[in-house]
Amino acid sequence: MTDSTSSVSPLDLDESKKTFLDANELILNMGPQHPATHGVLRVILRLDGEKVLGLECVIGYLHRGVEKIAEHRTYTMFNPYVDRMDYVAAVSNGLGYCEAVEKLLNVEAPPRANYIRVILTELNRLASHQLWLGTHALDIGAMTPLFYTFRDREEILKIFEKYCGARLTTHAFRIGGCQYETYEGFEKDVKKFVAFVAPKIDEYEELLTTNRIWVERTKNVGTISAKDCIAYGVTGPVLRASGVKWDIRKAQPYAAYSKFDFEVPTGQNGDTYDRYLVRMAEMRQSLRIIQQAIDGIPEGPIMAKVSKVMKPPVGEIYHSIEAPKGELGYFIVSDGSTQPYRVRVRPPSFVNLQALDLMCRGQLVADVIAVIGTLDIVLGEVDR
Amino acid sequence: MPDETKSPAPPPEGGPKSAAETPVPSGATASSPSPAPPATPPVAAAEKLAAAAAPKPPAPAKPVGPVPVAWESALVAKLKGQFGSGVEALTYLGQNSLQVDRSLIPNILQILRDEEQFDYCVDVTAVHYPKRERQFDVLWILYSFARNERVRVKTQIAEGEHIPSAVSIWPTANWLEREAYDMFGIQFDGHPELKRILLPDGWKGHPLRKDYGIIEQDSEWVQINLGIESGQ
Repeated sequence: MTDSTSSVSPLDLDESKKTFLDANELILNMGPQHPATHGVLRVILRLDGEKVLGLECVIGYLHRGVEKIAEHRTYTMFNPYVDRMDYVAAVSNGLGYCEAVEKLLNVEAPPRANYIRVILTELNRLASHQLWLGTHALDIGAMTPLFYTFRDREEILKIFEKYCGARLTTHAFRIGGCQYETYEGFEKDVKKFVAFVAPKIDEYEELLTTNRIWVERTKNVGTISAKDCIAYGVTGPVLRASGVKWDIRKAQPYAAYSKFDFEVPTGQNGDTYDRYLVRMAEMRQSLRIIQQAIDGIPEGPIMAKVSKVMKPPVGEIYHSIEAPKGELGYFIVSDGSTQPYRVRVRPPSFVNLQALDLMCRGQLVADVIAVIGTLDIVLGEVDR
Repeated sequence: MPDETKSPAPPPEGGPKSAAETPVPSGATASSPSPAPPATPPVAAAEKLAAAAAPKPPAPAKPVGPVPVAWESALVAKLKGQFGSGVEALTYLGQNSLQVDRSLIPNILQILRDEEQFDYCVDVTAVHYPKRERQFDVLWILYSFARNERVRVKTQIAEGEHIPSAVSIWPTANWLEREAYDMFGIQFDGHPELKRILLPDGWKGHPLRKDYGIIEQDSEWVQINLGIESGQ
């Protein structure tokens, strides 16, 4: 693998090593305050004219020490904190954490709770992809999609708000199941939303898929091969756009995903355009899952029997889910007390961002913006 | 475990404590203050006690739960054949892990990728146990696309001990090792550029160590670079 994997040597920023009067190379600092970095990401670019020779990411501006906080909170108290990592997909974060602790406690959420979880998580995936599409298109110069996607995303946030009172950092799930039963009219709202948003996805595609400017700006930009994706641990839509049909919902199903019929869309070229197509297809698959879940939602309890004071037996567990950005994993070590001994979060954004250097080499400066957008990173999750 | 100690001791065992508290039909305690017929009540009491204790026993049985068991597979047999006692394989809650001797780390990781198809390094991280002689657990969480299987490789190292870097095996280990270095101060030999990643370069201390307090900070760095008394 090493022979074909493009090796990326660390960026040499030492000014003294450069020859005097070398007018070709230029160091350009982008961020941390930059509208296209989606948060506070600093990128140091080494350029030859407009061509990127290499880049280095400087991260950590949003570091809050989430993993340290976890060691000083009980299992229940830490639950809302995970929503603050990937704050545009808070429901996914919560699902991963709750399921990991449930595994450690050896309890299982009841079927109805699992269906509610799937519905809310898929709605959240849709919301996350809509936000990605709007901002990504805006970065590249298409302003209209932003208004369309935010208008439609609002409907999802309204459902969240009616369900649990919060729109973004929802804290929707509890260890052992769900805190809240669905509100009256939940099923009607979700069905109405699915019928409402399906044609809207076609509308987004009408704006972009065959738009010449969009195609020129995204095709063959930020290409990454399947081999490189695996070597760099890149997961989620980025991996799938490079042709690897791998989704944790299928490979190692969790919650109620094994009960639903859906496809894992893939691309071939691994470029920005294919990643766009994969995410558009994923939105439609999410709708399919939501439709099936809402039709087949069983009656029953929504909370498993979990004691109020949680003391998981001594041991460790790794559990991961398919978050909108890729593999989101929790590694939890229990020492038998009420507080976790160690919580490690394996964030998809952090690992995917590492491939930015590889994807941008040889591209133009303007393409760096496109590649940051297509990686769909959230700095809150990168830095934790 | 705590439930076991809380539940009343079953009467038939007749330890010194239960003998003193409950009337037992024996010659020594026959002159106890109970005035009722000597034979029947103690039996009834014992039965009553047994009945009261009966619903309890399942309680201690439940929290025992899953325990790590030996993990047997062709992969483990192969590694054990090659490396002998340096490898210990366990399964806990359906998850497989390999406890490996520190000196075997580069070889085992290389074999897992080249021969056993563990081509995706999910995570590299560490856990700090300050009371142990070898204070750190370093972990590699691996996944194989071909086998759809996960495995955790673990090793223990002491404070100041170095560990070979896995960047040449999986490029993704680069940032993950930098984070482990940043948070725990673990030195990875052969890493192309081992420096802090989340905290600023000049920061002192490694915050995920257990002896680093939750509100502790490098106040000198904060004062010089931020120009404020405290970052809190």
